[in-house]
Amino acid sequence: MTEIFGVPIAALFGQLVLGLVNGCFYAMLSLGLAIIFGMLNIINFAHGAFYMLGAVFTWFFLTTWNISWWWSLLLAPLAVGIFGIVVERVFLKRLYKVDPLYGLLLTFGLALVIEGLFRYKYGASGLPYGIPEVFQGALNLGFMFLPKYRAIVVGVTLVVCFGTWLVIERTQLGAYLRAGTENPPLVQAFGINVPAMITLTYAIGVGLAGLAGVLAAPTLQVSPLMGSNLIIVVFAVVVIGGMGSILGSILTGLGLGLIEGLTKVFYSQASNTVVFMIMALVLLVRPAGLFGREK
Amino acid sequence: MTSAKTRYLGYGVLLVLGLLAPYVIYPVFLMNALCFALFACAFNLLLGYTGLLSFGHAAFFGTAAYITGYTAKVMGLSTGLAILAGTAAALLLGIIFGGLSIRRQGIYFAMITLALAQLVFFVYLQASFTGGEDGLQAIPRGKLLWVINLENDRTLYYVVFAIFLFGFLLIHRTIHSPFGQVMKAIRENEPRAISLGYDVNKYKMLAFVLSAALAGLAGATNAIVFTFVTLTNVDWHTSGDVVLMTLLGGMGSIFGPVVGAFSIVTLESKLSDKVGSLVTVIIGAIFVICVLLFRRGIVGEIQGLYRRVVGSRP
Repeated sequence: MTEIFGVPIAALFGQLVLGLVNGCFYAMLSLGLAIIFGMLNIINFAHGAFYMLGAVFTWFFLTTWNISWWWSLLLAPLAVGIFGIVVERVFLKRLYKVDPLYGLLLTFGLALVIEGLFRYKYGASGLPYGIPEVFQGALNLGFMFLPKYRAIVVGVTLVVCFGTWLVIERTQLGAYLRAGTENPPLVQAFGINVPAMITLTYAIGVGLAGLAGVLAAPTLQVSPLMGSNLIIVVFAVVVIGGMGSILGSILTGLGLGLIEGLTKVFYSQASNTVVFMIMALVLLVRPAGLFGREK
Repeated sequence: MTSAKTRYLGYGVLLVLGLLAPYVIYPVFLMNALCFALFACAFNLLLGYTGLLSFGHAAFFGTAAYITGYTAKVMGLSTGLAILAGTAAALLLGIIFGGLSIRRQGIYFAMITLALAQLVFFVYLQASFTGGEDGLQAIPRGKLLWVINLENDRTLYYVVFAIFLFGFLLIHRTIHSPFGQVMKAIRENEPRAISLGYDVNKYKMLAFVLSAALAGLAGATNAIVFTFVTLTNVDWHTSGDVVLMTLLGGMGSIFGPVVGAFSIVTLESKLSDKVGSLVTVIIGAIFVICVLLFRRGIVGEIQGLYRRVVGSRP
C-alpha cells in the first residue's frame, strides 16, 4: 500500500474528508454567526442550540411522522428559522439599545434552557439516525473509498454557502442587507423596513445552523449536547477568520476542518486543541483575524 | 446617623454574622459559598469595573485547584504553600490569557477567553497529573502553619473566611485606589482614557492578572475544602456560573457578587436533588430574566430603590 510520511494514503485521505465534513459544519455555523453579528451586533451563543435543534427535528420528523431526510433538509431549517423569529421578536429586540454583551449573555441563557429541556426529555446520550439508503456505501476513487454521504454533506454545504454569498453580494436584498449593516437609520430613511430585515437575518442565520444540524444528524450522533461543544470551536474559528467577510468565514471554516483532520492523522492528541492553538497564534501575529477589517 | 456610620455598622454586623454562621449552617456549604463569592468578586473586578467580559474564568479557578491538589497530595507541600502554589499558577496563566485576549475588545474578548479556557480543559482532560476523567481525589487538608488542624470543618471555615476577607478587602482597596479610577474610566469610555494619556492595555492587563490570581485563590481554597478536584472545575459551565452570580447579584457593586454567589450556590444545592438535570434550565432562565428585567442585579436594584426612597425626602 502507498504511504506518505509513514501514513497509508487511504487513511490520510479518509481523515481529510472527515476533516472537510467537520469544516463544513464550522463554515455554515460561522457564516450564520457572521451574518447575525453584522446586522444585530449580537454574538449568538444559542447558535449551537439551534444546530442541535436542526438535528433533533430531523430525527423527530423521521421517527414521528416518517418524513424522509430529503424533506427534513427543507423543513427542519424552516422550523428552526421560525423558532428564531420568535426568539428575535420576544427577546433580542429588547436589547438593541444596550451593550452588545447583554446579547451574548441572553443567548447563553437561552442555550442553557433549550439544551437543558431537550436533555431532560431525551437524556444526554445519542438518538440514532441512520444514513438515508440512497447514500449508503462508498465511491471507489482509486486511491481511496469516499463514503457517499460525506460527499453529499460537502456538496450541499458548498452550494448553500456560496449561494448565501451570491445572495448577499449580488442581489437587491443582499444590497439592502449590506447597507443595513453599515448604517441602519439611513436605510430606514429610504423606506426599507429595517426591523423586518433584522428579524429575517436572524432567521436565516439560525436556519443555516439548523441546516448544519440536518447534515450532521446521520454522521454524528444526534444528542441534546452536540451543539455546546461545537459552538466554542466555532467561536475560535470566528476569531481566526474575523467576521468582516462572508467568503472569509466560509474559507476559514473549511480550512480549519482540514487542518484538524490532518492533526488527527499525525498527532491525534492535539486534534481537540489545534483550532484553539491556531487562534492563539493568529492573535499574536494578526490580532484582527485573517480576514478582519477593523483596526 | 451619617451614611458612613451606617455603612461601618453594616460591615460590623456582616462580620459578626460571618463569625457565627458555622454554628448555625453546615460549614462545608458555607465554605463552598465563600469560595464562589471570592471567585465572583474577582470576576467582577474585570467585568464590573473594567468592562471586560471573560467567559473563561473557570480556567484560573480550576488550574489553581489542580495545582494545589497536586502539590499537596503528590509533592507533600504544606497546605498554605500548596494554596500559594495554586494561586501563583493561576497568576501565570492569567498573564498568558491576558496577553492574548486584550488584543481584541468587547465581544471578541469574551469569545477568545472562552476558547482559551476550552483549550485548558482539553489539556487537563488528557494530562496525567490531573487524573483525567477521575479527577484528583483524596487531597489532604493538612495543617496550617504546622499547628492549626484543618481536618476540623469549623477550624477550616475560619481559615476560609479569613482568605475570603483578604481577597475581598484587596478588591475593595483596588477599586477605591487611583488604579481603580482608571479602570472605571476605561469601562466608561476607552477612547477617552487613551486620549488622556493612559496606557489602557497595561491597566487592562494588570486588572486581568489580578482577577485571575484571585480567582485562583478561590479555586485553590475550594480544592482544600472538598479534598478533590474534577474537570467540572475547569468546565465552561463553571465560567457561565460565575458570570451569572455576578450578573444576578449586581455587577459593578462590591457586595453584588457575594449576594449572587450565595444565591446561586444555595439554589444549586437545594434544587439538584429535587429537579435533577432541570437545574441547567433554571440557571438559563435566571440568565434570561436578569438580562431582560433587572440588569443592575439584586444589590443594584436595592440600592436604586433605597436612593429613590431616601432621595425623595426633603
